[in-house]
Amino acid sequence: MTRVTAPFGRRAAPVTTREEHGAYVVIRCRDAEGPVPRPGQFYMLTAGERWGGGEGERPFLPRAFSVLRAGAGELQFLIEDVGPGTRRLGELEPGERLLLVGPLGNGFSPPREGRAPLLVGGGVGIAPLAIWQDELGGRATTLLGFRDESHAHGAGLLKGASVATDDGTVGHHGLVTELLEDELADRGDEVEVYACGPPAMLEAVRAICTGRSVPAQLALESGMACGFGACFGCVVPTVDGYVRLCVEGPVLDAAELAGASSVGSSAGAELPGAFRR
Amino acid sequence: MSVEFCGLELEHPIINASGTFDAIAAHRAFGDELLERFPFAAFVSKTVTVAPRQGNPPPRLWEVAGGLINSIGLPNKGVYGYLEHDLPFLAALPVPLIVNVMGFSRDEVAELVEAFGERPEVAALELNVSCPNVETGLIMGADPDETARLIHRVRPLTGKPLIVKLTPNASDPPAVANAAQDAGADGVSLINTVRGMALHPKTGEPWLGGVTGGTSGPAVRAIALAQVHAVAQAIEIPIVGMGGVQSGRDALDLMRAGATLVAVGTESFRDPAAGHRVTSELSELLANAAV
Repeated sequence: MTRVTAPFGRRAAPVTTREEHGAYVVIRCRDAEGPVPRPGQFYMLTAGERWGGGEGERPFLPRAFSVLRAGAGELQFLIEDVGPGTRRLGELEPGERLLLVGPLGNGFSPPREGRAPLLVGGGVGIAPLAIWQDELGGRATTLLGFRDESHAHGAGLLKGASVATDDGTVGHHGLVTELLEDELADRGDEVEVYACGPPAMLEAVRAICTGRSVPAQLALESGMACGFGACFGCVVPTVDGYVRLCVEGPVLDAAELAGASSVGSSAGAELPGAFRR
Repeated sequence: MSVEFCGLELEHPIINASGTFDAIAAHRAFGDELLERFPFAAFVSKTVTVAPRQGNPPPRLWEVAGGLINSIGLPNKGVYGYLEHDLPFLAALPVPLIVNVMGFSRDEVAELVEAFGERPEVAALELNVSCPNVETGLIMGADPDETARLIHRVRPLTGKPLIVKLTPNASDPPAVANAAQDAGADGVSLINTVRGMALHPKTGEPWLGGVTGGTSGPAVRAIALAQVHAVAQAIEIPIVGMGGVQSGRDALDLMRAGATLVAVGTESFRDPAAGHRVTSELSELLANAAV
């Protein structure tokens, strides 16, 4: 797994653009002081002003986001409104300040010798796959799943993706893991899977890949207060016991995970236990 | 702003609250810049127990208005794992090391105090007394007599300063502080987290894997101020005040209420360098007050 260390402390990054892509918002910010992150690393984000005072007088803690794209002193993040923190971040207009800490955690590692990358994303979890696909340079087969047409607009952020939607409005009518099973039936011996998405999708990917002995790197989510190993809140069970996702992850090898409970159960909304994105 | 606390000479009065900053993990995230700009005047380690602990099952966090509830369950490598793996790095930090320990009986606390009692790397010990004594069922730090018996037992085992971390989940924290002082404690620190709970919004079941947890952040600041003030009236030994500190103003308030040192906890989750900001704001406030 690969990591770039972060500048110590929280810094201001002015928002430069805000674009809507169906159900998602992409915000770009200027981060002149920060290093270029590795694909799969994440940042803890806070709005510079009006952080708090939303639903339930939240948010209070920063929210963890995988970087969507990065380069030349600029970072991009993909945001879906699922609670008071993501709502405020998604409202940020050019000129407003984003406060960030990062890049944090370990990103994706290159595929093992003789294997081609196969990217599997679900919903807002497509974010780290975009920067990874850029780095892989067009070699990666990409499968993306979304709830509906409005969310499927996110597929436009990656190149050449095969799409599945729950309601059949775009692409395959069904789950992205069905597309994955088709791919692996053809060439399971030739690929390494990179996946990020909702817990149920990741657990399905883990089970499918483990069952077929296909190596897989999963970018997980977990409730996270700090992002740098201080709070011990974001643990996931692995074969070596609990590990802090922000320190040992967020990208973990599927073989390290202890099983279904590792990938967790999210209540779906931006509960304080599920605010990684 | 240099300050003396229990015989330790510190550069300024701002330290971290135990369990809210892991210098080893932070070094992995931030590299050597962490050591060059270390945000605290002393480093307080996360609680060390005799046996290694995995901690509580997730979920471990719940955000509340102005703070969070945590149910972490004291994961740690155990005293011998800590001595072997963590102490060498922590001893090399640019500030004194205060080791926080917790035992489930007086014998366990004694074992921990003995393990660290003569180590030259350790400047002081903080006793986490917010757990039940398995022999009596009482929370050690919730009862003055339990606290006194514990301090009497461990006081002879070390010449290092012993700081008792008081729990706010007690009916009479000043009485506990007084008992700790009379039994030989060198200082007290407060407040630990305030017991709290959250329910799953859909199922109504407890959200946290540990059922209840500890509330921290600005939500508890007024409670901390009142308890520090009350304890300061009851004892002569110095106090580390903490609870929801986000600014130099908050730190100054706790000092005016009777604290010698102030610990930053949850705010470090929002900004890892919060200790720096609080210190510089405090410095400015004190300079202005002196004019």
